[in-house]
Amino acid sequence: MTFFIQMLVSGIVVGSIYALVALGFVLIYKASDALNLANGEFVLIGSYVCLTLITVLKLPFLLAILITLVFSALLGLMVEKMVLRPLLNAPTISVIMATIGLGNLLAGLTHVVWGHQTRMYPQIFPDTPVTFGGVIITPVYLWSFVIVMSLLIAFTVFFKFSKMGIAMRAVADDLQAAASMGISVKKVFAITWAIACVVAAVGGVLLGNINGVNATMSVIGLTVLPVVILGGLDSIAGAIVGGFIIGIAQSMAGGYLDPMVGGGLKDVFPFIIVILILMIKPYGLFGKGGVERV
Amino acid sequence: MLHINNIEVVYSKMILVLKGMSLEVPEGKIVALLGSNGAGKSTTLKSISGLLAGDGGELTKGSITYHGEEISGFSPDQIVQKGIFQSMEGRRVFKHLTVEENLIAGAHTRKDRNHLKHDMERVYHYFPKLKTLRSRHAGLLSGGEQQMLAIGRGIMAKPKLLLLDEPSLGIAPLLVKEIFQNIKQINKEEGTSILVVEQNANVALSIADYGYIVEDGRSVLEAPVSELMENKEVQEHYLGMSDEGRKNYREVKSYRKKKRWV
Ligand SMILES: Nc1ncnc2c1ncn2[C@@H]1O[C@H](COP(=O)(O)OP(=O)(O)OP(=O)(O)O)[C@@H](O)[C@H]1O
Ligand SMILES: [Mg+2]
Repeated sequence: MTFFIQMLVSGIVVGSIYALVALGFVLIYKASDALNLANGEFVLIGSYVCLTLITVLKLPFLLAILITLVFSALLGLMVEKMVLRPLLNAPTISVIMATIGLGNLLAGLTHVVWGHQTRMYPQIFPDTPVTFGGVIITPVYLWSFVIVMSLLIAFTVFFKFSKMGIAMRAVADDLQAAASMGISVKKVFAITWAIACVVAAVGGVLLGNINGVNATMSVIGLTVLPVVILGGLDSIAGAIVGGFIIGIAQSMAGGYLDPMVGGGLKDVFPFIIVILILMIKPYGLFGKGGVERV
Repeated sequence: MLHINNIEVVYSKMILVLKGMSLEVPEGKIVALLGSNGAGKSTTLKSISGLLAGDGGELTKGSITYHGEEISGFSPDQIVQKGIFQSMEGRRVFKHLTVEENLIAGAHTRKDRNHLKHDMERVYHYFPKLKTLRSRHAGLLSGGEQQMLAIGRGIMAKPKLLLLDEPSLGIAPLLVKEIFQNIKQINKEEGTSILVVEQNANVALSIADYGYIVEDGRSVLEAPVSELMENKEVQEHYLGMSDEGRKNYREVKSYRKKKRWV
């Protein structure tokens, strides 16, 4: 039983990070109907940048993460301006191809700068485990969960109540009509990419603290794909719920099934779930339906 | 306040749609823009509001001035900030946003955000129905309610000039009358000048001060509404009247082929 709860907790924590990264993915999909296949590289770069600030520049963690967030926001703005804006009226498939190219470029760059060996974050969170009624949770898991949940709540409030949040949803709903309200579509796109990059970086930093950083971290860009497809590509709530489902399922598969089959199921399991769910609900759990362009 | 001088508009760099369109909206008045399908009415509004570019259109000739300032080439958000707000054809409410969120989106360019609640009450004053629906998703509203919301978003922007594209589209006759009375009331109480595009000439002329008839990308007749109402051809083609009463569609159509306005 404790093993089960242990697996559940780790699934929830990793799932919450998936949810965060998936949020950025969904935002971009909602704004421009395109899949951002460079998302995993955004996660990786965020993680490396923060790590470098801490280990090389010896900055305190909070300052390092602050700078990482600013850096990521700027990276998002730059990507939007240089890669996406020229494709504003281009077909969706061109946009997707551009994000693949961008992902490869960024992957190459990180390899040049940081190499391929796994780098560990120095100890940031205390390492004495906390026990909750028999269940042992390491502080890094607990903190990750708290940070992610605060961010998810903050974004939910932002989208629900703030002027810019409402404008972003308006653009997602009907771009032309939003423009006719005097909403600057350019600005909304730029902010969307900035937010997507920032949440990806937070995800990267937290995952880095849990597992260390190397190039395989960008695989999360692919893992998030089942998450968002499961939730329905265009649903923020779906991304969050999907993140938890996939996180937990993956953790359970890793804990119970992998020992039986000799490993490897953990990474495939999310896709199996997605296929099963899509057979019942073709537009995902929360998707709006209608013909997808991808 | 608004002058359109001899503009030409081309879509996709090759389809010439407006061919020397001119019109004028005086301060505080309601101007009606009438004409058949494809005449270029919506294109005229989009040229004013800067929404042309998003549709692949381009203004190639002529000028649009607002209080003496050339505004062609401005982006839609700049135009809204100048005080011109277009309510697009087909209502175009944000379906997944609530009524209230739609209204907030309408107020996007307003700087005085603490008047939001007060302005929302203004909208509910014109359209009390919307108040009871305020937290419903706009996509679930009926066509008439969506039209009220579309106009309501315009009120939230506090424009000096409101451009309305076919507010009667797809709405039952009784409600159309009511909505047009609301438009008249907005014009009176808020002092908003209004340029309204309509297929339903009867109802548009019932509230307008001045009217233009658009055919094939240019204005072919303009006059104060009282004169337009007297005009035989307008009566026949746009108001559906003739000496023998209402003509049937076929007769009107065959006559239309012969007629020349200019
Ligand atoms: N985005 C576009 N690209 C190409 N042609 C267009 C575009 N929009 C409109 N047109 C063409 O321009 C002409 C005028 O269109 P417009 O929408 O201005 O007409 P309208 O007077 O508003 O008609 P309706 O009463 O049917 O709304 C039409 O022939 C139409 O086919
Ligand atoms: Mg039209």
